[in-house]
Amino acid sequence: MENKANTFPKLLIANAQRFANRPAIREKEFGVWQTWSWVQMRDEIFALANGLAAMGFKRGDKLAIIGANRPRLYWGMCAAQCLGGIPVPVYQDSVASEMQYVLDHAEVRFVLAEDQEQVDKSLEIRENCPSMQQIIYDDTRGLRDYDAGILHDFAAVQEKGRAFAKDKPDYLQQEIDKGTGSDVGIYLYTSGTTGKPKGVVMTNDNIIITSRNSIAFDKLTEHEEILSYLPMAWVGDHIFSYGQAYVAGFCVNCPESEATVHTDLREIGPTYYFAPPRLFENILTTVTIRMQDAGKLKQKMFNYFMDVARKTGIDMLEGRALSFKDKMLYKLGNFLVYAPLKNTMGFSRVRLAYTAGEAIGPEIFDFFRSLGINVKQLYGQTESSVFITMQPDGEIYADTVGVPAPEVEIKINDDREVMYRSPGVFHSYYKNEEATRETKNAEGWVYTGDAGFFADNGQLKIIDRAKDVGKFNDGSMFAPKYIENKLKFFPHIREVVTFGDAKDHCTAFINIDLEAVGNWAERNNVPYASYQELAGHVEVYKMMLESVEQVNSDLAADPMLSNSQIHRFLILHKELDPDDGELTRTRKVRRRIIAEKYDVLIAALYSDVKDCYVKTEVTFEDGRKGAIEATLNIQDAKTFTPVVQQEAA
Amino acid sequence: MSASADRAAKIGDTMLEVKDITLSFGGVKALTDISFDIKEGEIRAIIGPNGAGKSSMLNVISGFYHPQQGEVWFNGKKRGPMKPYQVARQGIARTFQNIALFKGMSTLDNLMTGRMTQMKTNLFWQAIWKGPAEKEELEHRERVEHIIDFLGIQAIRKTPVGRLPYGMQKRVELGRALAAEAKLLLLDEPMAGMNLEEKEDMCRFVLDVNDEFGTTIALIEHDMGVVMDLSDRVVVLDYGQKLADGTPDEVRSNQAVIDAYLGVSHD
Repeated sequence: MENKANTFPKLLIANAQRFANRPAIREKEFGVWQTWSWVQMRDEIFALANGLAAMGFKRGDKLAIIGANRPRLYWGMCAAQCLGGIPVPVYQDSVASEMQYVLDHAEVRFVLAEDQEQVDKSLEIRENCPSMQQIIYDDTRGLRDYDAGILHDFAAVQEKGRAFAKDKPDYLQQEIDKGTGSDVGIYLYTSGTTGKPKGVVMTNDNIIITSRNSIAFDKLTEHEEILSYLPMAWVGDHIFSYGQAYVAGFCVNCPESEATVHTDLREIGPTYYFAPPRLFENILTTVTIRMQDAGKLKQKMFNYFMDVARKTGIDMLEGRALSFKDKMLYKLGNFLVYAPLKNTMGFSRVRLAYTAGEAIGPEIFDFFRSLGINVKQLYGQTESSVFITMQPDGEIYADTVGVPAPEVEIKINDDREVMYRSPGVFHSYYKNEEATRETKNAEGWVYTGDAGFFADNGQLKIIDRAKDVGKFNDGSMFAPKYIENKLKFFPHIREVVTFGDAKDHCTAFINIDLEAVGNWAERNNVPYASYQELAGHVEVYKMMLESVEQVNSDLAADPMLSNSQIHRFLILHKELDPDDGELTRTRKVRRRIIAEKYDVLIAALYSDVKDCYVKTEVTFEDGRKGAIEATLNIQDAKTFTPVVQQEAA
Repeated sequence: MSASADRAAKIGDTMLEVKDITLSFGGVKALTDISFDIKEGEIRAIIGPNGAGKSSMLNVISGFYHPQQGEVWFNGKKRGPMKPYQVARQGIARTFQNIALFKGMSTLDNLMTGRMTQMKTNLFWQAIWKGPAEKEELEHRERVEHIIDFLGIQAIRKTPVGRLPYGMQKRVELGRALAAEAKLLLLDEPMAGMNLEEKEDMCRFVLDVNDEFGTTIALIEHDMGVVMDLSDRVVVLDYGQKLADGTPDEVRSNQAVIDAYLGVSHD
């Protein structure tokens, strides 16, 4: 039975009839999971919506939502939409000035804040946000002595709403009936790594049709359980915890606090799960380190059965034919190792997991898949309501991101940039005509800013940000991120910056991973006093050389990228740091700044010298500045002749 | 808005009074003729150099030491010789300078022990557990969960406290004292050995406890910044004698205190 409603409040009403007492949302509070059914949730949302109406919230008003994933904040979204208003979720860790930009830009009149911290920030920016008139808060703690003027307790607003509903019982239903699919449903602000955040305007149709399509693609049902732990302001959470949850009618679980997410994950045992590659990587590292501390017998068992899983696990997951012996061995492994391990990780019931946002290392990807966890990749962005490509079951590859999602058209333009058109394509950037025109052309095609191509398996492969892709002097393609990711998949490498645009060959800076290399040093009795000393250690250089040469041999096998082999590299004496402007706050490499700052080192990489002296200014955590100096060794690496015949290339 | 006027309105009558307390261990006089009072709702600091008798004073108030001379008045009644648990039942709870938690037990269980004085069912019911004991435990658990929420320690609910970092253990210890629902909370160096961030958190909690639950707090602390910021009144001890008593500003400008404790300027 398909739900045809075209706004979220209408979906809510339909779900309350259809699913009635099935759980709609849960929150762990005071150590117990509190549950609200669809009927209860509808009543809560209606009380809030009526309360907002009583406070003068009108059609077109904006409600900023600031805080961690809490049921009441999700209710705020729907309540605003009931009245034809627009929710504007804000990243809860934004500092006051960032918050001010969004609230002011979106002309927010009402704020729904989680707690004292968010209320404090809102009050701080009040003077510079003339549009902001009322603040509603969820958690009362610490707020009892605040000046009540514009502050309202969430429960009190609902109380006001219930009284209002007695007065005007039909008002809310009339407002809900006015809503249509083409109405603006939400503003999602991008995180703004390249400048001021942009407000992406999404219609109800954008979110609802995209949700419906993706639900059909993966056959999601009302029986799914998800844990919503990623920021509410992020488009992914809006689709998974709101869009898909309302359309499919499944239950959303809010963790107790940021620090308890892992425990909550185990308790809930979600069936549908999303995490960025970084998180899967962290889980694998934890498992590896904990296994190193386990007893001999357990270690043996783990290693043996992980070998079994590596050989047959993925075939098992994808339902391919296996010999009786292999099947039995895997089943035994499941009983002894995989099932307990999955239980510890909270993945016992996962039917479907997605990762996206960055490239994921093939070993990490295969580790989870061989345990029988169906991790897939997707590719998307805010402007597309997440889904551009998705991997169908049984067609999973670590290095490609999938086939076009339902109703999505994709083409690659002459600059290798990926373009798409779909029902999920955003309406516009709020109050930014120019940026809208630059990103979306007249026929509705959107420029992703990513360079990519369709691989032989028919799936899209993303190479890099289009503007970072360059050319070597011989005209072949230089895609820095692609090479860097290959190196970063080694656990002892933290960060890599490669150079090659308008050069003859490729060179690299490497940052060691202090935790992994430090752990290695401890186990091998390598003494060191500082990051700098460890980074410059001969044995560490050897280790990096091995990794670089392995990557070179991989690259040699790829006709498009065989020219990208790394000829020379060095290990940086300091960690690249956002405080020094070398990385963004989300830890993305800022190439231009690094190239300017370390021009001496780059020049040395492209000469014959064996070492190079460098003095760098650093910023300490308390804001003081200092300088560190070092003489860095430059290492030549072996390169390989391309495997493919020259004439074929 | 005047903060000091706000505070003054919250502070009530005398809650605890010590009169002419003298305590000696053999020939050593730890405290000599000490008198001061603690008013309802205030944050009262006891400061002094090492060996000044601060912890001894706290031990007298909590009933652990029995002074040779002097009287302790609590809620307008003179207190006879008492066992520590009897003092606890009267509504006085404390934390210790050297953390005194049950290291092998979880955070939750440690907090539940704070509820011991409140438990009413007898050994028989506790042993068979079903029935009144179960109901009672649920009520206590709910109280404890509120404290866990208040202190933001949900993530370590089931962690054995021995495995926690020092700052966290201090927080758990505060939690256990809170679980006892004390009217008067004695904190023995709650911020000793903490880094700046942990100290800031702990200050916030001390203020919040005082504010939200209206708990009266007496604390011993070495960090002068903390003492001067947090407390309403300060009593200064030195070699078992009372040197000064008053608001932070008065104490700060008291010449005897400056000489004996805060030190003479070396510039």
